[in-house]
Amino acid sequence: MNGPLSVATIVASLVLAAWCLLRSALNRPPSRFDLLATAALALLVAVLVVVAVIGLFDGTRPTETATFAGYLVTTIAFAPTAAVLARMEPTRWGNLILGVACLVLPVLVLRLAQIAEVTSG
Amino acid sequence: MAEPTTRPRDAALGSGPGRVLLTVYLIFAVAAGARALVQIATKFGEAPLAYLLSAVAALVYIAATVGLAVGGARGRVIALTGCSIEMVGVLVVGTLTVTDAAAFPDDTVWSRYGSGYGYVPLVLPLIGLWWLWHNRPRDRA
Repeated sequence: MNGPLSVATIVASLVLAAWCLLRSALNRPPSRFDLLATAALALLVAVLVVVAVIGLFDGTRPTETATFAGYLVTTIAFAPTAAVLARMEPTRWGNLILGVACLVLPVLVLRLAQIAEVTSG
Repeated sequence: MAEPTTRPRDAALGSGPGRVLLTVYLIFAVAAGARALVQIATKFGEAPLAYLLSAVAALVYIAATVGLAVGGARGRVIALTGCSIEMVGVLVVGTLTVTDAAAFPDDTVWSRYGSGYGYVPLVLPLIGLWWLWHNRPRDRA
């Protein structure tokens, strides 16, 4: 797992979470900007996952490869799923969906890093 | 807080706050389901009870998610059943893992009242049941 990239993803996700929760608190539906910001985050996460997948082929695999793969699939699908659900809900609750998703995403990234550290060599 | 007055009484169960709830249930359905699959596929013999429980928890979360998504009278029943089992499950399993840790060598979503998941498994059924009660069918005046 790439350290700086993970940190950047976590920070970006938390910033977006704060923004979306604030927008939800102000009774605002997800705007085009909110959804585009989520798409940008999804892109950042996709880069992180691709880097992690490439890392699987350099000889050191996590001991729990199945779990790691499961987390990779969940992580890459996470922000897009949240965006789809948020678009279905053009009320303040749509922004709450984005906010919650952006709070859970850092947990997924941390778990990925945690699993990646335990390598079988 | 304009929502309670603007939200129509017959609005779908899975809209508004219900859709937020649906999102969180979806996350838990995936998390618990994936965990149960990996546990059962790779090391079922180590702790069969805990892993079967993981699978049951996953099914409950999936049921609640589907119930909220389907909506209507049938969706309500499915979601209500899911949330109720979940409430009982997290309380019983939470208590058992605190008092008799030896019976549960490996964790499930409901272990120690869901402390591994930020106690969300304990709070989620409460919010779910409240939401279902809040949107109970009422006689129209």
